[in-house]
Amino acid sequence: MAYVAIADRDAPIHDPHTFIEKYVWSQDHKVIAIQYALVAIFVGLVALVLSGLMRLQLGFPESFHFVDPSHYLQFVTMHGMIMVIYLLTALFLGGFGNYLIPLMCGARDMVFPYMNMLSFWVYLLAVLVLLSSFFVPGGPTGAGWTLYPPQSVFAGTPGAGLGIILMLVSLAFFIVAFTMGGLNYVTTVLQARCRGMTLMRMPLSVWGIFMATILGLLAFPALLVSAVMMTLDGTLGTSFFLPATTSMGQPLDHHGGSPLLFQHLFWFFGHPEVYIVALPAFGIVSDLLSTHARKNIFGYRMMVWAILAIGGLSFVVWAHHMYVSGMNPYFGFFFATTTLIIAVPTAIKVYNWVLTLWKGDIHLTVPMMFAIGFIFTFVHGGLTGLFLGNVTVDLPLSDTYFVVGHFHMVMGVSPILVVFGAIYHWYPKITGRMWNVKLGKLHFWFTFLGTYAIYLPMHYLGILGVPRRYFALGNTVFIPDSVHTINKVITIAALIVAAAQIVFLYNLIVSLRRGEKAPVNPWRATTLEWQTPDTPPKHGNWGPRLPEVHRWAYDYSVPGAKEDFIPQNEPVDPRLGSGRDHGIRH
Amino acid sequence: MSPVTVTVALLVGVVIWVLVARRLTARSWETGSEAGDIAAVRMAPARLGLWIFLAVVTSLFSLFLSAYSMRSHHGDWSHVMLPDVLWINTALLVIGSIAMQFARHAVGRGLLQRLKLGLIAGGLFAIAFLAGQLVAWGQLRDSGQFVQGDPATAFFYLLTAVHGLHLLGGLWVWGRTMKRLLQGVEVVDLRLSVELCTIYWHYLMLVWFALFGALLYL
Repeated sequence: MAYVAIADRDAPIHDPHTFIEKYVWSQDHKVIAIQYALVAIFVGLVALVLSGLMRLQLGFPESFHFVDPSHYLQFVTMHGMIMVIYLLTALFLGGFGNYLIPLMCGARDMVFPYMNMLSFWVYLLAVLVLLSSFFVPGGPTGAGWTLYPPQSVFAGTPGAGLGIILMLVSLAFFIVAFTMGGLNYVTTVLQARCRGMTLMRMPLSVWGIFMATILGLLAFPALLVSAVMMTLDGTLGTSFFLPATTSMGQPLDHHGGSPLLFQHLFWFFGHPEVYIVALPAFGIVSDLLSTHARKNIFGYRMMVWAILAIGGLSFVVWAHHMYVSGMNPYFGFFFATTTLIIAVPTAIKVYNWVLTLWKGDIHLTVPMMFAIGFIFTFVHGGLTGLFLGNVTVDLPLSDTYFVVGHFHMVMGVSPILVVFGAIYHWYPKITGRMWNVKLGKLHFWFTFLGTYAIYLPMHYLGILGVPRRYFALGNTVFIPDSVHTINKVITIAALIVAAAQIVFLYNLIVSLRRGEKAPVNPWRATTLEWQTPDTPPKHGNWGPRLPEVHRWAYDYSVPGAKEDFIPQNEPVDPRLGSGRDHGIRH
Repeated sequence: MSPVTVTVALLVGVVIWVLVARRLTARSWETGSEAGDIAAVRMAPARLGLWIFLAVVTSLFSLFLSAYSMRSHHGDWSHVMLPDVLWINTALLVIGSIAMQFARHAVGRGLLQRLKLGLIAGGLFAIAFLAGQLVAWGQLRDSGQFVQGDPATAFFYLLTAVHGLHLLGGLWVWGRTMKRLLQGVEVVDLRLSVELCTIYWHYLMLVWFALFGALLYL
């Protein structure tokens, strides 16, 4: 086993001294992780406000005149794009990936720290370019987060001039940033693990982040390709995606482009993107459940294989987003089949989470509550996915609120619950302080129950046939009055959930100063990040000597052990043989 | 999209295979299970980083090519009349790649003069290739075919431009290596850089073959 980046050392070398080196142009993975996380949470809040504005319009149409139809479309677009890419992808990989990979693998830092720093700054640039589109003439693009051409570049669409170009440029920057970060994550996992940390001893968090990064590295190029080609269509007048057509009654110069080509490219990225967000969540939630249930994760190997299988399969399901594009029925049949197959490894993971809880010594800490909440929301979102994965069921439901309910449950609420759980879980290590438990529980209940109040009724709206993307429903005949009532209720629930996030932010910020000092290992966890000599860990993480790993990450409640956890770096008693006795005296 | 699917499936397959070969079946809950598990990839980090980067770029080019292939199967497709200078450019690129291989051979044996010769020739032929591509662009433009024309022409400019950008990235690294060579850095210390440049040059050549082949026959 090689550990390449920075090996054992007697004295710290090249430690940053000035404020700027430490916190601004930092090459320390922990600082970069925090930078990534803060920016991601900030844009996430912007997107949250946008969703609040959308809900105001939907719940109380004609009451808020500052939301006109153009603004509504722009809010939908920016909300979707920010939440999926600039918040979730950046937070899971740039934030948690950066923080956890070196610490959990027993490395001093990422393998290419300089590139890691660049990754953050290019990400920040991408965010700034994106946000700048709010301030240009015409505003941000309102093409929907999928940016389907030809409408995305047509004059009638909000932000069709500068807005869409800025969006595409920002995405291109994001992809560059992600590639620089991703190279680091993969190389670090493959090369910088400490002695004894075999692949099959890595915590599932690292597995999830690792596989998600590989998916990202292979899938983001599809978004780059479509972004480049659409930028050229919009600026140089090429016709990659634009057919001969008219806009606002005027014939355009374009001819010969294929809008369907864009859909294929976009979803070839778009579907793996779902798993880029989901796999880190799967990994992290596995560790949270195991740690707080004081029980080893059920079926560790199966969990790893499932992550790999999901990663592989996620590249052959993309066209299930395109059933309504008029595709060949056999094509649809193929993608429905692969879509249902991918449910198998996913279901294995769900069973294993539940079986991990079975007869565990469950501690209902705040991170654990979020982890268990995730199992609920993910099962609900996953089951509606089985509906939509079938062509015949998808066709009538595709353009309704059923889909909105489904994807928010499965890839909005579920990963966000894991993000919250993970922040509560690692906050003591990151800051050295504990947060307020009461506020944490309050935050959980409002968020968990509130999201059900928001998204469960949407399924019902969808089955009634209420179309999504509409600014206002007006007096449409088939829409009963109950729909308007439900929309009001959803809006009120959404505003309450949004307000509950203030409790979360308050808790995080105030606990920085007022929180109790956190013990080194408050959750009595086995993984390496809790075994650092300092809390929060210093530059180089491990002091003079790198840790050495002797066991897997899930030695909880081992029969006969002194405590109910054995850290990964706890040596095996040499007088005992190796094998199932966990290397401890009985 | 079948070429993409196949390529990505292959890439994912390779990754999984590499991992499986490293015992994904270890019974890690038993202590002592690390025995025989060669965990780390024994490679310089920069080299592994380059290979991963090339996997990303392969994904990028395969997607461009599948877009091209999907579009070219529509009924209204008309081929671009490719300028003949592309054949000369192809030859330049091949010679550049051979020169780089020569440099790599020399750096392995510590032969400074040969290294210089190979490295300089490799870079110059790559630059000549780029110049040749610009000539091809000019000829096509003079014949009245530009990006606003039919999709085939737009694709030609797009694919060659992306390949050219990729090559410029290589030349930047080549330039840094040249600078270190001229500053008199020991040959041993240049070994990794030269080897990585060589891998990159061969890769560029293969990508060009794929692109040129697609432009000719798809």
